[in-house]
Amino acid sequence: MLWNALLLSLREIRRNLLRSFLTTLGIVIGVSAVITMVTLGNGATLAVKQQIASLGSNLLIVRPGQRLGPGRDSAGAANFKVEDAQAIRDQIGGIKAVAPVVNKSVTVVVQASNWSTSVTGSNADYFTTNNWRLAGGRVFYESEERAGKAVCVIGNTVKRELFGAQNPVGGEIRIKQFSCEVIGLLAAKGQSSFGSDQDDTIVMPLRTVQRRLTGNQDVRTLMVSVKDGVSSDKAQRQIERLMRERRHIGDNEDDNFNVMDTKQIADTLSGTTQVLTTLLGAVAAVSLLVGGIGIMNIMLVSVTERTREIGIRLAIGALEREVLSQFLIEAVVLSSLGGLIGVILATLASIGLSGLMHIPYLFNPGINLLSFAFSAAIGVIFGYFPARRAASLDPIEALRHE
Amino acid sequence: MNAKSSAGASPAPVLAGEAPTLPTGATPLIRLQGITKTYGQGQAEFQALRGVDLTVDSGEFVAVMGPSGSGKSTVMNILGCLDVPSSGAYQFFGTHVERLSRPQRALLRRHYLGFVFQGFNLLARTSAQENVELPLLYRGESAAARHAAARAALAQVGLEGRERNTPAELSGGQQQRVAIARAIVTRPSVLLADEPTGNLDSTTSHEIMDLIAQLNRELGITVLMVTHEQEMAAYARRVVLFKDGLVESDFSPPPPGEGPGERERLLRTPLASIPSPPAPLMKPLPFGIPGGEGSFEVVGATSREGAA
Repeated sequence: MLWNALLLSLREIRRNLLRSFLTTLGIVIGVSAVITMVTLGNGATLAVKQQIASLGSNLLIVRPGQRLGPGRDSAGAANFKVEDAQAIRDQIGGIKAVAPVVNKSVTVVVQASNWSTSVTGSNADYFTTNNWRLAGGRVFYESEERAGKAVCVIGNTVKRELFGAQNPVGGEIRIKQFSCEVIGLLAAKGQSSFGSDQDDTIVMPLRTVQRRLTGNQDVRTLMVSVKDGVSSDKAQRQIERLMRERRHIGDNEDDNFNVMDTKQIADTLSGTTQVLTTLLGAVAAVSLLVGGIGIMNIMLVSVTERTREIGIRLAIGALEREVLSQFLIEAVVLSSLGGLIGVILATLASIGLSGLMHIPYLFNPGINLLSFAFSAAIGVIFGYFPARRAASLDPIEALRHE
Repeated sequence: MNAKSSAGASPAPVLAGEAPTLPTGATPLIRLQGITKTYGQGQAEFQALRGVDLTVDSGEFVAVMGPSGSGKSTVMNILGCLDVPSSGAYQFFGTHVERLSRPQRALLRRHYLGFVFQGFNLLARTSAQENVELPLLYRGESAAARHAAARAALAQVGLEGRERNTPAELSGGQQQRVAIARAIVTRPSVLLADEPTGNLDSTTSHEIMDLIAQLNRELGITVLMVTHEQEMAAYARRVVLFKDGLVESDFSPPPPGEGPGERERLLRTPLASIPSPPAPLMKPLPFGIPGGEGSFEVVGATSREGAA
């Protein structure tokens, strides 16, 4: 009997191909919107996570001043010294690398071209803490660090702007009054999750920058990389205690520095994108619901339009439940067909859009299955009412219907 | 149109020319006793039928006539098991139809009745073949049996080669032939025709009436036909005239009208000289009949087995 009803429904759908297609359109759009939104959202979350990981894993960032917030001021807090970095390395266990960092915006000149960028002064540990890889050349020797030699490792963007296709290693760049030898080239990282170009950078020994560019002994930031398997929370607490001690902060005074854990940032950011994904998915789900109501509309119209046909079927000897199941199956077949087309469309759209947005494409079987099941359920729910109405028609009245 | 050619493929074959197997003294095919039908309530109450008694035997060709509002359509709806009487008894082969539930009546229609309407009532955008297959689909016949039976039925009404055409591609007469094929494809006991020629021109009308008369003669299908045209009623061998919800007259043979010609003279030959039509093959209904006085007997079971 079910097979018969399926046969009847398929015949009916084929008979009204255009109407069937239009009916399904709402579901197609709804399903593909839900799947595309969620897939892109997941991809974006993953992209954020990857970018934060590129900042450096297990990284603690120590800055002067209190954590930013209302009524709190970071100005006036004393900067760090190189000795603070040394103290962390010596006194706290489980530390992989500590990099004292200063930054300075400069204009760099190579022959006729110039480029505004940011110079980072640090030590060789900086490449470890910030997950930099070299595309060519080398990092500084300790002797160069100690002597404050004018050597630098440049980022990919700086290389592209100043050297073009040439190999920059061994070349010279001019920064203000001094010239600086390029000893290494950083491998490209791309945009950070905050939208800034991470490759637009020049790294020099800390002492070089302090002497020639900032003119003081201050260190703005300490980058601390914790060994794998060591709790970053514990390291964070130890660093806080050590810094309070070194900065002579009394027991009832607030910290005048802060320690940030990149893992926390990662969690916060991916949490945000997750919320956005859910939101977008929910909006798309509303469109799926609207698609379902579209199916109900068309089915109701088609019951009215096909009243005579239903009368014929009933007169011929169709049972109420046969007419009911015919209409119900018709609705379910239509909506699941729409769901299927939606899944296919969403897959194509997701692959295409994630390519355009430079985020990874992640196939999410859960949302695909869920959307499809939901579309079929919509067929049952929104098809039932019209089907019920069709089945309960009086055959005499139905036959008389014009 | 040869009934024999299609008989082998049909689900319940009734061959023309078989010996009549209806036992003498058997229950009549249809018996209406004191049927009334009231529509509406209170002030708006309207009595469409006011105590109709009617008996129809197997193989009869009955024309139901009467002015509009006389109750002829109401009685046809009741006979077709589409409606139930307000009071009175309707026995279909001994089964009290008025006691059947809606699904049971649907099954009775499915297995024993065929309908032909004034407006043809074919499914639009559906081929003749599929239209004719429809009742078989509800009967749960296999695809092969459906195809064969539908083709045979279409051949029987003279529409070979038109299987693929949709109603829109057929003339009115051809559409009515498809409708007749759909009605007879299940080999019903009774063919109920509601003004089958009402939408057709006179030449086509006569062709359709010839076909219906032939089906009645050769397949032994009992025909009940509503018409308001004397000319069409002349094809029947019995005319029941309704007036104001009652049977006014019930006579046979039909009154001599304006020269019906050779064909009609043949039709009016006394019943005795025409080979008696075979009884329809009755299958027991697939459900128990509550309070049914008689039950369906498989009449002529041997002949069916012989044909199967």
